[in-house]
Amino acid sequence: MAISRRNFLGWMGAAGLSASLVGKQAHAASTKEFAGHPGSYGVLHDITRCVGCRSCEEACNTVNKLPKPAKPYTDESVLNKKRKLTTTEYTIVNKSVQEGSPIFIKTQCNHCLEPACASVCFVNAFQKLPNGAVVYDASVCVGCRYCMIACPFEVPTYEYDAPYTPEVVKCTLCAPLLEKGLLPGCVESCPTESLLFGKRDDLLKIARARIEKFPSRYVDHIYGEQEMGGTSWLYLSGVPFKDIGMREDLGNTPAPKLTSGALHLIPMVVSLWPVFLAGMYGMTKRRNTIADEEKAKAVAIAIEQTENKAAEILSQAMEKAKKEKENVSKRVERARENRVKKALEHSSSTNSDEGA
Amino acid sequence: MSEQKNKQARGVTDVVLGLMRDDNAKFSPLAAFTGIILLVGTVLTVLRFTQGLGAVTNLTNTHPWGMWIGFDLMCGVALAAGGYTTSAACYLFGMKKYHSAVRPAILTAFLGYAMVVVSLLYDVGRPDRLVLAYPFIVQQGTTSLLFEVGLCVLLYLTVLFLEFTPIPLEWLGLRKARNIAVKLTLTLTIFGVVLSTLHQSSLGALFLIAPSKLHPLWYSPYLGVFFFVSSIAAGLSMVIFESMLSHKKLRHRMGKAYLEEHPPLILGYAKAASLVLFGYFMVKVVGVSAGDNWYLLLTPYGIWFLVELLGFVALPCFLFAVGSRNKDPGLIKFTAVLTIIGIVLNRLNISMIAFNWHLPLDERYIPSWMEITLSVYMVTCLILAFRFIATRMPVFDEHPDFKGQH
Repeated sequence: MAISRRNFLGWMGAAGLSASLVGKQAHAASTKEFAGHPGSYGVLHDITRCVGCRSCEEACNTVNKLPKPAKPYTDESVLNKKRKLTTTEYTIVNKSVQEGSPIFIKTQCNHCLEPACASVCFVNAFQKLPNGAVVYDASVCVGCRYCMIACPFEVPTYEYDAPYTPEVVKCTLCAPLLEKGLLPGCVESCPTESLLFGKRDDLLKIARARIEKFPSRYVDHIYGEQEMGGTSWLYLSGVPFKDIGMREDLGNTPAPKLTSGALHLIPMVVSLWPVFLAGMYGMTKRRNTIADEEKAKAVAIAIEQTENKAAEILSQAMEKAKKEKENVSKRVERARENRVKKALEHSSSTNSDEGA
Repeated sequence: MSEQKNKQARGVTDVVLGLMRDDNAKFSPLAAFTGIILLVGTVLTVLRFTQGLGAVTNLTNTHPWGMWIGFDLMCGVALAAGGYTTSAACYLFGMKKYHSAVRPAILTAFLGYAMVVVSLLYDVGRPDRLVLAYPFIVQQGTTSLLFEVGLCVLLYLTVLFLEFTPIPLEWLGLRKARNIAVKLTLTLTIFGVVLSTLHQSSLGALFLIAPSKLHPLWYSPYLGVFFFVSSIAAGLSMVIFESMLSHKKLRHRMGKAYLEEHPPLILGYAKAASLVLFGYFMVKVVGVSAGDNWYLLLTPYGIWFLVELLGFVALPCFLFAVGSRNKDPGLIKFTAVLTIIGIVLNRLNISMIAFNWHLPLDERYIPSWMEITLSVYMVTCLILAFRFIATRMPVFDEHPDFKGQH
């Protein structure tokens, strides 16, 4: 495998030298603002216009060549139970009864401007395309399912029943059709213009204009304009979004910002922790060395003291011996003198005897 | 010359016989239970890899992570923290009196991480691509904390393997290779601590991406700090707990140095664990305070949170202090178990119990008996491997040929 520049930088980032050096993924971990790809597309879902005909579901099923459901799309009984996205249903219409009248809400991937799924994928299987679609590359997916943990809208689904090659499944915004200049299947099939495809910037203007023109018909909120940093799908509703099962407590922080702090700390730990640990080791070692030195010193002093004492004792003994020797020699001397004296006295007396 | 060679390197027959030696010939209910677990686990393994995740797990699209992430990965990694804490204490922080505890701790950690990696192979949808290291070789998702966790776990498993190698090398009598491995100790220890700091904390930081799914009492920007600090307490407690089990079953293998250093080691570890748990308690309180989540404490989830925080953090903190002050090994061992339960509880709370707390009960995840059995299977294999190695190789005692050469 040849090592490309990006691969190399990827490894650098992995080694924690810099998580923000990596060109392509820079936004995910940087503090820079990202307002979405300029001129990217989106869809405005006007919930007040939806009649719950499920044409979008059927179109989605056809376009994506998914298996047909057990009950036909015309069977309205399906709507009585709240449904969730599945591996064979990329979009779902749910019914919510508010003050006696039914409200229909279409659910699918919201195609975030800064997708949580893309930021947490450790093989980069997700990509936000310049046209607005968030697409998934099954050929690299390891199946860790972190994207599903991360998605605040609970969109990605997993083929748990596929034994060998399960994949993550979600709406693609019909990216293959967009490339051909065609509309997404659901938008194309919508008979009431509840779905409107266009540039996201234009859709925001249209949504604002509708709220302004019919303030009693809409709540003053475009869902998806700010949520999780903004999504390519936008929603208008006549009732508060939280009443129809759309979470309003997600906040406006783009998903990558939630983890950027932790990512930024990694290179710091990699750089400074070894310094700290080596320092601790050095201090321990130094402390041991000093302790050893002091021990050696103490031993040396003790030896010296003992030696000095021994020398002193020796010299004292020598002195004593010397003195004794002197004493002895003095005594010997005196004895000799005495003897000489006696001898002299003796000889002088004999001499005088002779003389007499 | 040839005689000397024979003395140094063990013959192939010796090795084979040593491996085959049966140290568990007696029949006991525990042995029977172990046998059943191994048998059922093997059948379930076949089922998992031929029928898919759906056949054995209760995982759903809203609960994509279950038992094998919540217990095997999250708890496995935390409880294997004894490896880096003990080797750091001994080699970096100069606590030489803990030297005889390093090998059992390294062995536990190495087997623990090996178990984690094997469990991940069960859990991911495409284990073949995990084996081929797709995230590191094919395409790097460097903005993912999971990328960092994966890389660190992989590198740390290698470090642990290298730290472990002197044990089998001494056993095999390969002096030269063993001496090279021993020379790497300091470098490996520093690597180990850096890698552990990173992935222990990043396991917690994995959940930073999901503030809308994890209960606010457990969600915190400090999740990484919580996981790292608590992993130290978990590691220290595991060393105490593991020594307690080993004393029961492997006492005959324990050398003089191990047996002599053991009582002061337990006291020292209890003191350290008490201190760390105190710090952990403080940062958890800071977490509640920073999120201004006091008002949630009186909800059912809040009471559950308090059970975890007071019963399994504050209480063991206090009991460890009392135990080390009174030199009470019984209390210390009890407290170690309490701490371990607390860490397991915390990891399960974050990954399963307080995760998706906003969903109605019938949409919540409860692991299938097959998932639980496979987790038990993993732990059983780990214990058997530990026992297998510790009864044969110089783990608790010094090899007679290598006495005092560390």
